[in-house]
Amino acid sequence: MSKSERPNPLFRNLNAKIASIPMILTASVIFVGGTVWTVFYSFTNSKLLPRLNFVGLDQYYRLWATPRWLISIENLLIYGAISLVFSLVIGFLLAALLDQKIRFEDTFRTIFLYPFALSFIVTGLVWQWLLNPDFGIQHVVRDLGWTSFTFDPLYNSSIVIYGISIAALWQGTGLIMCLMLAGLRGIDEDIWKAARVDGIPMWKTYLFIVIPMMRPVFITTLVIIASGIVKVYDLVVAQTSGGPGIASEVPAKYVYDYMFFAQNLGQGFAASTMMLLSVVIVIVPWAYLEFGGKKRV
Amino acid sequence: MSDQAVTLPASAGAVANRLEASGPRGPKPRHVFSRRNIFLYGTLFVVAVYYLLPLYVMVVTSLKGMPEIRLGNIFSPPLEITFEPWVKAWSTACTGLNCDGLSRGFWNSVRITVPSVLLSIAIASVNGYALANWRFKGADTFFVILIVGAFIPYQIMIYPIVIILREVGLYGSLAGLVIVHSIFGMPILTLLFRNYFSSMPEELFRAARVDGAGFWGIFLRIMAPMSLPIFVVAIILQVTGIWNDFLFGVVYTRPDTYPMTVQLNNIVNSVQGVKEYNVNMAATILTGLVPLIVYFISGKLFVRGIAAGAVKG
Repeated sequence: MSKSERPNPLFRNLNAKIASIPMILTASVIFVGGTVWTVFYSFTNSKLLPRLNFVGLDQYYRLWATPRWLISIENLLIYGAISLVFSLVIGFLLAALLDQKIRFEDTFRTIFLYPFALSFIVTGLVWQWLLNPDFGIQHVVRDLGWTSFTFDPLYNSSIVIYGISIAALWQGTGLIMCLMLAGLRGIDEDIWKAARVDGIPMWKTYLFIVIPMMRPVFITTLVIIASGIVKVYDLVVAQTSGGPGIASEVPAKYVYDYMFFAQNLGQGFAASTMMLLSVVIVIVPWAYLEFGGKKRV
Repeated sequence: MSDQAVTLPASAGAVANRLEASGPRGPKPRHVFSRRNIFLYGTLFVVAVYYLLPLYVMVVTSLKGMPEIRLGNIFSPPLEITFEPWVKAWSTACTGLNCDGLSRGFWNSVRITVPSVLLSIAIASVNGYALANWRFKGADTFFVILIVGAFIPYQIMIYPIVIILREVGLYGSLAGLVIVHSIFGMPILTLLFRNYFSSMPEELFRAARVDGAGFWGIFLRIMAPMSLPIFVVAIILQVTGIWNDFLFGVVYTRPDTYPMTVQLNNIVNSVQGVKEYNVNMAATILTGLVPLIVYFISGKLFVRGIAAGAVKG
């Protein structure tokens, strides 16, 4: 803290400055420079190679007139809503169950969290196999005698995004549970005692006392989930490759495909700028609430 | 502002510590077979089965022959255990024209992960140390940019990095990918180390200064040896993160330098040929094995790592 007040700081800190060169370069060249560069070139009609031929907002008009992009956005919204709601609810419920002073807590936690160690590619491929209509869950249930049973989300374009969400939830809820469990452990034991003395039922204590007290944990979790949602890419590539047709496309895949396959860099830049914008929309209010609020205290 | 911008992941890390420290709580112990216990353990058991099922199906499928898969049920255990799919996945499965199996991807991933982990941790630990103990003017600005950068979708920075790597002549090489991993590992690791070093007693640093130790001396002789746990957390975080990466691998490498995840996806999702589900599942387990082993060995340290690394998304 007080380091900057020591005498002759400029000279003394030379080593620190040298040590920080990678950080300074990364922050300024890659993070700021790269972002500005991409946003800047999204106003050009770059095709195979980036060219400084400005066309104003043309790329954006074209983007929002492309069915594939609209489907991507719609999928992202559905996927995002499902991820947010279900991972928060399931994560919290599991954490609450594990918080009941149970035996084998570590075992259960290890089981709930292990999918998080797996990559999205592995997750996607396992669930592709489980949801395979000819061999997977549908086939097994039909073999049990219920021959009209249909459960083929990955082959039905109207519900494919839900099939992807199932895999995403399997992979990610363990993490949310861990964060929630840590939050629950941070609640003072006296709160529980007081609630019990007052005869408040357990579910009411959770709903009206504990959850409001865990507001910071929920906000942190929310930001973590939200920034993960926008980035969803590998899971879709592994599970469906965007299919059937273009039914499970997502924005990150749109960006990649336009930059590296369709040789339409301008579209890719415009789409990635829209992704950036969506993150900014999430992050800025959060930063304002979180840090703006704290400053006043 | 800058000081407060980092409270989020810091609290996540501190919060993970609290997982381990909890006093007695909850209602008084009741009878083992009370309705509450049956409900509690019943629910947990069912959920645990759900979480374990995919792993079980993966293993079981990879040990069956194709005829058995076609006739049978994915949940049934193999009648005849065969390791042929594993051998095939490792050494002869095809991606495009190459038919040397996942082993190539595995060794590529090793050659990517090891230097990336070492380089990114070396850079980030020194960085975090400089930020915690040798703060200079403007350092915090760059740090805030770094942390904000962790939230920005990588897609927006992908192409400029392609250009930079192409200019330097590293595009498509493993070295290029190592640099990319070091860059994108920097925000979270720097944060991790900065918070850890800041929490170390100030007197230690002062005493070393009085004794005449300099920037590197204090780091190498005092700070680094005292912070072994955080190095382990960082290693766990980076090994699993880099091993599991797909996006950077597919963007910055060529088919002969593809990491394991990319090669796995190409093997399983290739359109040509007959689908061999047992080989696919064996390949999938093989790819997931390294992070799973890291996970099961590291236990609670993994939880600490992900709580800190969760911002990475």
